[in-house]
Amino acid sequence: MAKKITIALAGNPNSGKTTIFNNLTGARQHVGNWPGVTVEKKEGSLRYKDYEIKVVDLPGTYSLTAYSLDEIVARNFVVEERPDVVVDIVDASNLERNLYLTTQFMELGVRLVIALNMSDRAEASGHKIDTRELSELLGVPVVSTIGHKNRGMDELLQAIVDVTDGRPETGKMGLKYGEELEEEIRKLGQLIEKNEALARRYPVRWLALKLLERDEEVVKTIRGEVSGITDGQAILDQLRRSSGHLKSIFDDEAETIIVDKRYGFINGIYKKAVSRPAIERLSASDKIDRIILNRVLGIPIFLFLMWLMFKFTFVLSEVPMGWVESGQEWLGDTCGRFFSEGSAFQSLVVDGIIGGVGSVIIFVPIIFLLFFCMAILEDSGYMARAAFVMDRFMHKIGLHGRSFIPMILGLGCNIPGIMACRTIEQERDRLTTILVNPFMSCGARLPVYALLIGAFFPEKGGTVLYSIYILGIAMAIVMAKIFRRYLFPGPAAPFVMELPPYRIPTIKGVIIHMWERGVLYLKKAGTVILAGCVLVWFLGNFPWKPEYLQDYDRLKQEARADFAAGLITKEAMNETIANLQNEQAREKMERSYLGHLGRIIEPVVKPLGFDWKIGVGLFGGFIAKEIVVGTLGTLYAVGEADEESASLRERIQKDTWPNGSKIYTPLTAFTLMVFTLLYIPCVAAIGVIYRETNSWKWPLFAAGYTTAVAWIVSFIVYQGGRLIGLG
Amino acid sequence: MPLNMVKPGDEVTLMAIHAGLGLQSRLHSMGLFPGVKMKVLKSGPGPVIVSVGDTRLALGCGMAHKIMVR
Repeated sequence: MAKKITIALAGNPNSGKTTIFNNLTGARQHVGNWPGVTVEKKEGSLRYKDYEIKVVDLPGTYSLTAYSLDEIVARNFVVEERPDVVVDIVDASNLERNLYLTTQFMELGVRLVIALNMSDRAEASGHKIDTRELSELLGVPVVSTIGHKNRGMDELLQAIVDVTDGRPETGKMGLKYGEELEEEIRKLGQLIEKNEALARRYPVRWLALKLLERDEEVVKTIRGEVSGITDGQAILDQLRRSSGHLKSIFDDEAETIIVDKRYGFINGIYKKAVSRPAIERLSASDKIDRIILNRVLGIPIFLFLMWLMFKFTFVLSEVPMGWVESGQEWLGDTCGRFFSEGSAFQSLVVDGIIGGVGSVIIFVPIIFLLFFCMAILEDSGYMARAAFVMDRFMHKIGLHGRSFIPMILGLGCNIPGIMACRTIEQERDRLTTILVNPFMSCGARLPVYALLIGAFFPEKGGTVLYSIYILGIAMAIVMAKIFRRYLFPGPAAPFVMELPPYRIPTIKGVIIHMWERGVLYLKKAGTVILAGCVLVWFLGNFPWKPEYLQDYDRLKQEARADFAAGLITKEAMNETIANLQNEQAREKMERSYLGHLGRIIEPVVKPLGFDWKIGVGLFGGFIAKEIVVGTLGTLYAVGEADEESASLRERIQKDTWPNGSKIYTPLTAFTLMVFTLLYIPCVAAIGVIYRETNSWKWPLFAAGYTTAVAWIVSFIVYQGGRLIGLG
Repeated sequence: MPLNMVKPGDEVTLMAIHAGLGLQSRLHSMGLFPGVKMKVLKSGPGPVIVSVGDTRLALGCGMAHKIMVR
């Protein structure tokens, strides 16, 4: 029988926990070179020798106080779920600070293994760490690992297994806080032990220390604000006496003394176990930062890198997109031949599925390339700098640089962006950042832009795309400013953030990164988008044989009869028949369920220059933004009766209003991009806002205000553009 | 003096942090505690960057104002 154990991976943000988690469990969780990528605990499992090991990857924390939501997640897991072993992942190149968290685990009395990660980087910067010495001084097994090279994993697993079996016993070598403090810890501890409910649930010494540190969550628990704990008054009285006593001796808060002792302990160990070069040189990272973070150059560099990213994406994706497009056309023609001409089934496959899903699939190359570029920026450590550079800007709107990270994540997909807001400590900052996140243009909106840019701005693709993304960021900033002033007034929260060292991204890392995000897009195309397109096809085709205004079959017969009688030429007959067929297809669609829906929507979107087809597409885009394109793909495939399969791009270029003027001008196309950028977040994003805010108020508010903003801005763009004579 | 008034390149010792308990303990756990030596890499206006041990920390202007150094 395999022994089942649970281990938790804990450590400072950006110390490489997720990389080790992926190495151990074979999972492919998102890894980035910036603090705060993991905000939720993730689970995986593996077998090692006779053990079945469940691995829980916790969000990175600097300590076990309860400062922000992600820290509370980590702490509650360790304190309440009591994993068999806690693996403390320590960044070897940053040992002193990382050991601070280690001391807290030691106080908790958990069984501990230290993974001294990134030991290659520590060595490269001249640090020599004596792991044996370190292990002895701490009383905890220490294993050297290099996460990104997958080294040291076996040793780590062996150490975990050994510690589970009680070899060696860990947690005995606790640090001492000096007589006076120890005395107070003892007094509090005695009282805690008397309170059974408390003693059963929490380690006594840890609880006493946390009380002296005046940890809010712990004080609340003792006060009885958390279920099941009563009779805390005696403990609180003792706490007041202890704090007063300590203050009178040290003339300082107990919390400060405790921190001081901890760092003293760490410093002692560090000096014995680590040797480092005496002279500190300006590292390469610092040199790069001098330019990148320069007061004058910082923001232009950020804007330039973004522009470069879009230009690169757009130019390089052109050729592969052409391949996918011709492949899709070929597939449509080939499949069409398998079914009887004019049957509902042929129409479903060719128009509904290949026309709809295909029009979304075409944009796979551009999506992958954009994710590729973003992965490079993330893995290199630049994104954390972007947050820094934007801090000055964000400060003006009442947020700080930290809020910029969820916004950048939102450029991939709003869902992780919204979830990453958990690292923002202050509730009003967090809510503001969540609410404006949908304005960050996610990958799902890219197909809409790509379609329209390809059709109407082929020359200036990169620049137009860039302007849309920048508009999204600008709108997010404007709305954040408004929310911070009227909805959540209050002073700006303090901004503290670690700047990770620059790293050269590995090709493997970047590709995995791109792949895991891109695949989500493909999966979505095969599921949600497929279902949406089939639905659109159905609504656009039924009733299958509506009551027409005129009898098309008879009119076609008449044309043929006229030709047979020699009244018209063959060309004239063919033209008449083709016109009739197109008219019939158009009328059929207008009489379909979708046509009815479209007529209801059209008055709302007409002032923006959109026809009912766009209106229906936007309506469907609520499910997923790609559906805007999918719907247009299906609708135009259905609405064209001629046999030549034109691409969706050509079809929208040609489509006209009943009065003969073109529906799509460059101005309409741009307005449609703006509207798609800004309007209602997709269902999944709304769901995440609900989960993160725990109320329906905010998701509904987000849905309403974004759509209102979208309409107003689009109206200004379209009508303004017409006034100055564009389109 | 407050941290945001230190010139870049100067080495200073942290004396006190004038902030609420929660924020104080967060800064402590990030390696900023009374007595620690740090080097200012970039100073205000705007956020400040300090190097503490091997860590680079970015501190907002308001935050830097609350950290007293010598």
